[in-house]
Amino acid sequence: MKKLSARRRHPLAAVVVLLLALAATGGLYAAFAPASKAQADETSQSLAIDEGKKLYAVGCASCHGTGGQGSSDGPSLVGVGAAAVDFQVGTGRMPAATSQGPQVVKKKNIYSQAQIDQLATYIASLGAGPNVPTSAQYGPEGADIAKGGELFRTNCAQCHNFTGKGGALTEGKFAPDLEGVDPKHIYEAMQTGPQNMPSFPDTTLSEQNKKDIIAYLNAVNSDETVNPGGLELGGLGPVSEGLFAWIFGLGALVAVAVWVAARTAKAKKS
Amino acid sequence: MSTTTTTESRSRGKAPAGERIADWADGRLGIYSLAKANMRKIFPDHWSFMLGEVCLYSFLIIILTGVYLTLFFHPSMNEVVYHGSYVPLQGQLMSEAFSSTLHISFEVRGGLLIRQIHHWAALIFLAGMFVHMMRVFFTGAFRKPREINWLFGFLLFVLGMFTGFTGYSLPDDLLSGTGVRFTEGAILSMPIVGTYISFFLFGGEFPGHDFVARFYSIHILLLPGIMLGLVVGHLILVFYHKHTQFAGPGKSNKNVVGMPLLPVYMAKAGGFFFLVFGAIAAIAAIAQINPIWAIGPYRPDQVSTGAQPDWYMGFAEGLIRYMPGWEINLWGHTLVLGVFIPLVLFGVVLAALALYPFIESWITGDKREHHILDRPRNAPTRTALGVAWVTMYMITLVGGGNDLWATHFHLSINSITWFVRIFFFVGPVIAYIVTKRICLGLQRRDRDKVLHGRETGTIKRLPHGEFVEIHEPLSQEQLHTLTAHEQYQPLELGPTVDENGVERKLKGSQKLRAKISKAYFDEDSQIEKPTVDEYKEITSGHGHH
Amino acid sequence: MSSQDIPEENLPAEQGHAHGAVDVADEQNPFADPGLPPHEHRIQDIDERAAKRSERTVAFLFTLSMLATVGFIASYVTIPPDRSIFVFPIGHISALNFALGLTLGAALFCIGAGAVHWARTLMSDVEVADERHPIQASPEVRAKVFADFKEGATESALGRRKLIRNTMFGALALFPLSGVVLLRDLGPLPEDKMRHTAWSKGKLLVNMNTNQPLRASDVAVGSLTFVKPEGLEETDEEFQNEIAKAAVMIVRLQPDDIKDKQELEWSHDGIVAYSKICTHVGCPISLYEQQTHHVLCPCHQSTFDLSDGARVIFGPAGHALPQLRIGVNPEGYLEALGDFAEPVGPAFWERG
Repeated sequence: MKKLSARRRHPLAAVVVLLLALAATGGLYAAFAPASKAQADETSQSLAIDEGKKLYAVGCASCHGTGGQGSSDGPSLVGVGAAAVDFQVGTGRMPAATSQGPQVVKKKNIYSQAQIDQLATYIASLGAGPNVPTSAQYGPEGADIAKGGELFRTNCAQCHNFTGKGGALTEGKFAPDLEGVDPKHIYEAMQTGPQNMPSFPDTTLSEQNKKDIIAYLNAVNSDETVNPGGLELGGLGPVSEGLFAWIFGLGALVAVAVWVAARTAKAKKS
Repeated sequence: MSTTTTTESRSRGKAPAGERIADWADGRLGIYSLAKANMRKIFPDHWSFMLGEVCLYSFLIIILTGVYLTLFFHPSMNEVVYHGSYVPLQGQLMSEAFSSTLHISFEVRGGLLIRQIHHWAALIFLAGMFVHMMRVFFTGAFRKPREINWLFGFLLFVLGMFTGFTGYSLPDDLLSGTGVRFTEGAILSMPIVGTYISFFLFGGEFPGHDFVARFYSIHILLLPGIMLGLVVGHLILVFYHKHTQFAGPGKSNKNVVGMPLLPVYMAKAGGFFFLVFGAIAAIAAIAQINPIWAIGPYRPDQVSTGAQPDWYMGFAEGLIRYMPGWEINLWGHTLVLGVFIPLVLFGVVLAALALYPFIESWITGDKREHHILDRPRNAPTRTALGVAWVTMYMITLVGGGNDLWATHFHLSINSITWFVRIFFFVGPVIAYIVTKRICLGLQRRDRDKVLHGRETGTIKRLPHGEFVEIHEPLSQEQLHTLTAHEQYQPLELGPTVDENGVERKLKGSQKLRAKISKAYFDEDSQIEKPTVDEYKEITSGHGHH
Repeated sequence: MSSQDIPEENLPAEQGHAHGAVDVADEQNPFADPGLPPHEHRIQDIDERAAKRSERTVAFLFTLSMLATVGFIASYVTIPPDRSIFVFPIGHISALNFALGLTLGAALFCIGAGAVHWARTLMSDVEVADERHPIQASPEVRAKVFADFKEGATESALGRRKLIRNTMFGALALFPLSGVVLLRDLGPLPEDKMRHTAWSKGKLLVNMNTNQPLRASDVAVGSLTFVKPEGLEETDEEFQNEIAKAAVMIVRLQPDDIKDKQELEWSHDGIVAYSKICTHVGCPISLYEQQTHHVLCPCHQSTFDLSDGARVIFGPAGHALPQLRIGVNPEGYLEALGDFAEPVGPAFWERG
């Protein structure tokens, strides 16, 4: 991290990263405090399960079945783990408005983090699965950005583009843009493989690997990312560059040519 | 500029220094006879005549910036560990080509700017050539005596595509490497020789250790060398033929009306070079192109979605994306039609454009020189064919970017591919029919305008209550401009029996030509322009309101 | 071309020349060419103050260009290449690139704008007509050229001394062969190189991410892992060439979901290994959809069904992805049970 901050080109980058990290850590601590307390405390855990069950019955049971066993409208949630719940509900994908359409898309999350944690605790009680990661797991400390880049290009870029701008899948499905996605959610997505995304469990993509990938994304696909050459043009490669060259490049030159070739205004005959 | 005016007395010492230098050069190079013919050469003014200059100047900019880039670029595929200033790649293995491109982008001051000018200018060069070629096509400027120059221009476009492609491949980044892999696959699909050509091109199996160095000499020497020669030839022919012009008062097939090279066009064309260069430099300051650091070094086992070539190769990309995966295995050999057909189509579609001038001159049988441009509406069949070609090209470009269309318009890749597969055939037909209708409509409007005058928009009520719009008769200038175009009649084969009652033998090619000629020039394909008699009858008959 | 057979009189009258000579307005013909319209003066031609204004504008533009060049040099000297600035609405960009580009652009553009403004407002704008001359030579010239050529040809006796002619053509036709032969060493012959990869019996599947051999128990249903053969390192001289053929993706399906009999046989407990190299033109294909078991190529959208022998279900690929036969060794590590049974990657003529 020291090396990283030192080499970042923006003089304020280190400060910004530090502030971000502080904010993330603080915010997440607030969010996680009840959950970790619950683990310590038997009674509060069962309380969370009860609360979660109630929320589940209202928001989820119609598709996933009353006991999370799944139905024709939604898969079984036994064994998906707390991480899956935190991702799906936290990004607003669940509860889905409808199971129609190529895929369920991200929308505004309607649950508080506390409610999500209760739901997650309940689902985790149905069968063991990945836990919600801690900020130490996805935070920037000790991450190797360059290694993350290599891992990203091997495992992720084929769907999410070089720098995580997203891309198309079959039949209208797509891999989303990763800019602005909470590092925790990225971690959870890798761990659980939401919808058609394959999972990358710790046994094949280690914790450190995941941390590296998240650090890489933060470096190349955030508001703070420096695009030395200028407008990023969506970061989509030659198609947007070609459109820009035609419309603004050739367009501007044709406009200039019109001026060069036009007749100079004649003096009015009086 | 008095230095080059011919003076009778060439006494040394008396004449100003400029004149003495000019005399010196003339004695050895004969510059005066050259200057006599060209210094006051006339060029007509029209913005579309400057599209070629956009191409010429962007070509020069590419050469200038390209030379600068060669000073820093290492065309080598040796693997090195990166220790430069771009943090997200530090410690990564990459080729020297890639790492030297990073060096140009991050450590050489102004290196990034020159790289971006080079690349933007390349995209604009190709786009400029495309539009320039369309201008020449739709105005019929390719007709005799300019067919050879059309071919020169066509070759420049094709060579420009390949020069661009080889240059795009040089940094050895993940995106361009994917493009090179595609090239390898396309070469492998060639029957019999494909595997051998691939092994010879890459010095063995893909990717090997050679292609960057080989593409480098092709990119900076071989292709630009040929192109430079063609550009010079192209320009010499433009000077020799003199520029075409649109019909208008005082303009005929036997003259060219405009401003002299010295001083007006020297200033305008010279100034335009700086305008083009300045605009491209500003674009390179504002918009990033090909950020190879974000793309990463090439590895044959890695890839990114949205893998596209630069726009001018998008046509090839499109063809290969929507071709069905046909493959024939017979007698121990594989014919990879799914790749080979697009490869052939690529050549055929471009060749159709190259050969069009010869096809049209065969149909019309016209062997005269043409220096007056057609308005596109006055050659409806040619215009419709051209628009059909452009439609096919554009549909293929859409196919080449199908994944981005899918994500940005929330469509399915599969539906777009099917749409493109169908519209590759249907689109040009629709475009042909619609364009021809529009051309004929415009011709009809011109005819009405000549015969009945310009609609003024002023409504007048006649004494008996009828409302009429006042039509203002056109000036003689306008009448001339609107009736100056020539109209061919369809070729008649004549009677099928000769005067002795013996059946005439008609060659198949003649029949074919008669048929095409009919499609080009019969009454469904052009509106007859008004004649003087028609005009006189109407103007005298109606009188003036 | 056989255009001889269209008589001249069938062609329409010449463009822009149909109505007699230029400048001879025909009273009888309303469509006749009235000739060049008279020249009209610009304001600068008649008003010296306007001309002065134009002059000042041009000089101002040229001065601006000089200032921009000074700015360019100053930026080059003062701005370090790693400084970034935020420019709305472009974003965080390199200060040096932005400054150099804009000053260079301004310096050039102002020269151009000045020159063009000068030409448009102060140089003469009288339109002049230049005569064209037919490009084709006169019949006399043509006859002279043909006569000269004939004379030269006769003097050379090329037509008479056939032996010289034929051997010369032979020599000229043969010598370029040397050039072709010289190209032979551009590369080795293909032989059977494309039929073999770095995989062989007993080679462990090494996880690309962790660089550790992969256990069967590491691979979860719905996960996606990329592996390389044991012993192949990134730092190897031939790594790029080998990985271009040996890259493999590992997915785990429910054994019941596997529809293809051979696929099931070649898998281990639902774990299947397929070549990552597309059979179309060789992109590393790996857009795996874990619910549909489809894998999509990002380059040309060929789609393969990994639950059905990786057969092609959409797009331009011509045949299924080759499967690597795998098993598990006594320590629980996944291992290859041999090389690919068919060449990986794009099809080629000798593939069969």
